Amino acid sequence: MLAEAVTALRSRWSCVDWSIERDSICASISPDDLRAITKYLISQEWRLGTIVATETHGQLELRYCLYATRHPGWVQLVIAPDRMERAVPSLTPVTIAADWFEREIEDLFSVSFAQHPRLGDFVLHDSQWAENAGLMRPGVHTSGDLSEQQREWRPKRVLEEEGAFVMPIGPIFSGDAESALFLLETVGEDVVRAVPRLFYKYRAIEKIAEGRTAADVLLLAERCAGTSAIGNGLAYCRAVERASGVEPPARAHVVRGFVAELERLRHHMTSVREICASTSLTVAASQALWLEEQLLRISGETCGHRYLFGVLAIGGLQHDVDDGALRACVAGAAALSPKIDQLRTALENSSSFLDRIERVGVVGREAARTFELVGPFARAAGVAADMRVIQPYDPYPCVHFDVPTESEGDGYARLRVLFAEMRASLGIMSELCAELAPGATRAPAAIRAGSALGWSEAPRGASVQWVELDDEGVVRRYRLTPPSFRNWHGFHVATEGFAFQDFPIVLATLDLSVAENDR
Amino acid sequence: MSWFIRGLRAGVLTENLPEGQNLPASLTPGLPRRTDFATEQEALEITSLCPTGALRAEERAVHVTSERCVECMRCKPEQDWRRDADWARFADGGPLEGAFTRSIHVRIVDAGDCGSCLSELAQLNGPSYNLHRFGIFITPTPRQADVLLVVGPVTRQMLDPLKLAYEAMPAPKRVLAVGACAASGGVFGPSVMCAAGAADAVPVDLVLPGCPPPPLAIVHALRALCGQERPA
Repeated sequence: MLAEAVTALRSRWSCVDWSIERDSICASISPDDLRAITKYLISQEWRLGTIVATETHGQLELRYCLYATRHPGWVQLVIAPDRMERAVPSLTPVTIAADWFEREIEDLFSVSFAQHPRLGDFVLHDSQWAENAGLMRPGVHTSGDLSEQQREWRPKRVLEEEGAFVMPIGPIFSGDAESALFLLETVGEDVVRAVPRLFYKYRAIEKIAEGRTAADVLLLAERCAGTSAIGNGLAYCRAVERASGVEPPARAHVVRGFVAELERLRHHMTSVREICASTSLTVAASQALWLEEQLLRISGETCGHRYLFGVLAIGGLQHDVDDGALRACVAGAAALSPKIDQLRTALENSSSFLDRIERVGVVGREAARTFELVGPFARAAGVAADMRVIQPYDPYPCVHFDVPTESEGDGYARLRVLFAEMRASLGIMSELCAELAPGATRAPAAIRAGSALGWSEAPRGASVQWVELDDEGVVRRYRLTPPSFRNWHGFHVATEGFAFQDFPIVLATLDLSVAENDR
Repeated sequence: MSWFIRGLRAGVLTENLPEGQNLPASLTPGLPRRTDFATEQEALEITSLCPTGALRAEERAVHVTSERCVECMRCKPEQDWRRDADWARFADGGPLEGAFTRSIHVRIVDAGDCGSCLSELAQLNGPSYNLHRFGIFITPTPRQADVLLVVGPVTRQMLDPLKLAYEAMPAPKRVLAVGACAASGGVFGPSVMCAAGAADAVPVDLVLPGCPPPPLAIVHALRALCGQERPA
């Protein structure tokens, strides 16, 4: 399939040197060809995975990574813009999915994107940072107290009607909510639009990673979002392994798949709990919270950590998990399964609950496709994007499972997808447990210089990562594109014209992590 | 069946505290503690496994700075790990005095948390831990809060909101730093965008290590803050 794709590309752009490296079509192209090639690829159902910006000795390089949705394989387009100008054509007019990537690169590498509709205040807040701060550029470090440099910042407003106002929520709000600012623009009862201002929690993980060993960067990848440590950690491990040619043993693949599904199960239970709590259905929220605690304890008993930190290692697993513990884990989770089903049935029969989540926060198939949303969010809108299927990786090719989809794209559809995926994860866990064979769980990690992409289907969707290593196993560039970064981009679609009291419900059903987005 | 009846049918799911604190599964993975090894060489080897400098070898013994431990589990099979709930340590001020010795209100501030500490905090109000029975409540406003509970390493862009929240609280007030990030910066700080924990922004009274600290350890720390229990 990749051969056909490269033939088609060669016939259209014959002067570009197209080559196939393992599972990627790679090419260095001129910035002038970028839009046309991307436009063609998107028409052939390729999707933007990530954009990696790198700067070495003043030379900027942008790598556009797209993945096919019809067959396994990637395209990596590399452009090296002019040293002096630091300007590249924007891809946003071709695909809106590039919008946030470009805003991020503009902030962190001070690159300007010609014809981008809206650059400015994004990762680095304009109230604290000068434009062109370029935090990710080599040699740029901050020092001193930034709060001294306070500047005024005002949100952009679109409503001009009399009595219109902006209601700010955050960055600190609610009981145990993550820090983010929401600007709800309204004329009174209904909210016309809601704009999130994120990155209050920006920890600059990509910057911290530079110069650290590959093993230490795994700690950052796991803790990017503690609630999807395996999802993001696995994509990182795979990137390092692919870059340095390490192949984890068969048993490691099976156990990795097992813990990834255990994490998905627990994560989805958390999301269900948040949806119940947002509608003030206290009994259901308490029951979901109790189920979540049981799953956390099962995770702790199986792998030694409630949030599954420290399970993965480059080349396999840090410590082997014995067969008995995995079987006990399946038995424990299966014992909870009837309780999960009871909760689902009870929720589906509560009309007062359904009234609050049906037709709320609607993101249709068209929007999910144009914004290239991922994970359960996209699947509830009928886009069956799942990296375990479209870009399969071990152990999933030999496991049988369904990718549940719904079509309405509202809060209720997302709830049904969450429950269906929990059931699927339980099935995968018991299937993998039956396949277990004794063997090594960690390949000797002979880390070599190189660079590669790694990806996984984290609980919230596709996690796409890029790593560049030097020959001492030190990370030169780490690029982390977590699913929440993709899905927050679609947040404003779900919040067009809704009532104030629905805000917590919309937020809960979207299942977005601020930490994962902010990195 | 109504939700009310369904709730009653579920029965009491709350753990017995503080006497029945021995719940290993809920305290996973615990924290490493001082361990004596056979040789000095062995102690040094264990110390070299630690990515955050939480372990320190002195002759044959390996000492632990709990605040720095991010529970990466690299030292897990060799080093001893404790499995009790008594993890908190007073940095400066003692428990809240006078009228606050029985009941307190807590404002949680996320200053760059990865989500796992917040997830453990969410458990506190759940049936398993039921924080309310100790007279401890989570409040949405700093104006009503006696305790500021900080999670995360304190990112630059959360520094000012955090300070504002602290200033908005009436005195007397206490600050509890929860988790390795808030205690020491964890894996993230100090660095370009992160401070070395909550103490860089606000005066911290009680430090609770752990990555993340399990709910039982958080309950213990909160009770220590209002004088219901003595910390170690």
